[in-house]
Amino acid sequence: MTKRLFVKGNEAVAMGALEAGCRYYFGYPITPQSDIPEYIAREMPALGGEFIQAESEIASINMLLGASACGARAMTSSSSPGISLKQEGISYMAGSECPGLIVNICRSGPGLGGIDASQADYFQATKGGGHGGYHLIVLAPSSVQEMYDLTMLAFDLSDRYRVPAMILADAVIGQMKEALEPHPYVAPDDLQPKDWALIGPGERGVNKVVKSLYLGDGELEQHNLKLHRKYAEMQEKEVRYEGYELDDAELVVTAYGSTARIAHTAVRMARQQGYKVGLLRPITLFPFPKEAYKHHTAAGQKVLCVELNTGQMVDDVRLAVPCVEVEFYGRAPGAGSLPTPEELFAQIRLHCEVRS
Amino acid sequence: MSIENVEAMKQVFSRPASLNAVQTHFCPGCQHGVIHRLVAQAMDAFDIQAQTIGVASVGCSVFLYGYFGIDVIEAPHGRAPAVATGAKRVHPQRPVFTYQGDGDLAAIGTSEIIHCANRGEPITVIFVNNTTYGMTGGQMAPTTLPSQKTSTSPYGRNTSKDGYPIRMTELLAGLEGTAYAARVAVDTPQHVLQAGKAIKKAFQTQLRDNGFGFVEVLSTCPTNWGMNPVDANARVAEEMIPYFPLGVFKDAAAQGE
Amino acid sequence: MANRIVISEQLCKGCGLCVVACPHNLIEMSTELNKHGFFPAVITPDAMLSCTGCTFCAQVCPDVAIEVFRER
Repeated sequence: MTKRLFVKGNEAVAMGALEAGCRYYFGYPITPQSDIPEYIAREMPALGGEFIQAESEIASINMLLGASACGARAMTSSSSPGISLKQEGISYMAGSECPGLIVNICRSGPGLGGIDASQADYFQATKGGGHGGYHLIVLAPSSVQEMYDLTMLAFDLSDRYRVPAMILADAVIGQMKEALEPHPYVAPDDLQPKDWALIGPGERGVNKVVKSLYLGDGELEQHNLKLHRKYAEMQEKEVRYEGYELDDAELVVTAYGSTARIAHTAVRMARQQGYKVGLLRPITLFPFPKEAYKHHTAAGQKVLCVELNTGQMVDDVRLAVPCVEVEFYGRAPGAGSLPTPEELFAQIRLHCEVRS
Repeated sequence: MSIENVEAMKQVFSRPASLNAVQTHFCPGCQHGVIHRLVAQAMDAFDIQAQTIGVASVGCSVFLYGYFGIDVIEAPHGRAPAVATGAKRVHPQRPVFTYQGDGDLAAIGTSEIIHCANRGEPITVIFVNNTTYGMTGGQMAPTTLPSQKTSTSPYGRNTSKDGYPIRMTELLAGLEGTAYAARVAVDTPQHVLQAGKAIKKAFQTQLRDNGFGFVEVLSTCPTNWGMNPVDANARVAEEMIPYFPLGVFKDAAAQGE
Repeated sequence: MANRIVISEQLCKGCGLCVVACPHNLIEMSTELNKHGFFPAVITPDAMLSCTGCTFCAQVCPDVAIEVFRER
């Protein structure tokens, strides 16, 4: 009987990271994610790894850049304002093709905002939050188990493509406790040795450079095209989403993360009352599951996009299925703005007639 | 004088092995070139070129990877000490150094350098102070001297509004985590020799004592000072050294700490 | 006394720091441009006779353009 633990989402991220072989953590305190550095500060020494509480989120992302350039599995975590501070460092990691995990346990904003859940960092996370036009691998857990599983997956994808990965969760998923079944990390067999990593030229006779500066004629253009090819390959191979009751659905509700949990309950309530409605839950926000939306709206279904913001992912849904009617229901983030299942069920009734 | 009989003589000065035999992009008279040589000389002295990881900052010295035969990471502006921290934690047995200018280290990067020193990270920091932002065209830096004219202090640095030049070596020497902190110059042959010793000592602090070593090197920027190299060089002694006194401000090993 | 300095005409950028560093004023600036458009530092054979091999010129050279040899 596998061991079931009752843990916080934040702690599940830390557990998943350590299990995946992460031995370098650099972070900074910020609500609602501080359980992650606290857990790792406790557990890392026994694993022989390094934990640094840096002087700022800026310092911590740059420590991650340094550690990753040396081939280590390394991570940082923060929450929205801290992630804003890390953007330049993340852009350098993207430009330098450094893998690494950045965890964002979102809080409400803008500015100091609040410490409640929010999905208003979607654009920042998926559209290349810093300068230069890059993408991160963005995974959106919607359960404590997924906080554990997707953290492991994030390290594998990040190493496979040498693209930084982000876990995009929020205060609800991070702070709630739920059952977790930990399981041993199994490395995928296609992960290449990191011969690009820095260790001093001695071993290989030629010195290596991890950099993002390209001043030669056409050099940076080629570099950007190389990065773009990686993103296209991920779009083709690495999309993940979950479908619930979609087969005969006439209305496709779509939501991710904590909002998807609420929407899932609302869809179940609607099904019990004969509404043909289902839930499409993206797990990878980048690469975005465009084909899934095409597939599940091929028979003329309508879409209702639900977010804890004033409309961000809905843009990507509309881009994916331009000829489909995509409705939106959002609650602006802040204390007390978490929608109830009944509230979402009412939205479902607006856009879906009773059948059966 | 044919080359053959040069062979019969003893060479007493040559390019350090760690310094690539290429022409640098630095302006004529820019003393980054001397400082690069001294860093390479220190790496040769400890025979560490094959293991060393350098962290380049953003400024005239960003092309570090073209001039040293070592592995190099490029850090964002001001963040080299943090990048070096990450690298050193992953490779504690590898020599790690940063090479930064005054805009990089003493303005945007003050937080990183202070906390890196305060943690006593066993790395070596080479800090080039030429009282200006060179690469971007001569703007006022944290080390710009009072009433010094720059492209962003065209009427001269007004200390009541622009603040005073920051003495980083003394600042860092005051931190427990700092093991070695010295300020040197390269404006005379004697100063160059002293600077070489200090840079070597800063590397030794890392390699032997596992301590944080810091060397500030006063340097010229003829192009942005609007002076020819010889006059610029004279300015180091006439104006910079009086404000930025040379010396060893902390040597934990020597003080038996 | 037959010490030697060898100034690399191509590496030199004509900054003149070696000229002021030489304790015996043996170095001067060439009147011929090098391939990069600088007037490199040069030392005449006569001046070379007075060279003590002290390496001062090489110490201050930002381009590591000067090698110094002393009689064995």
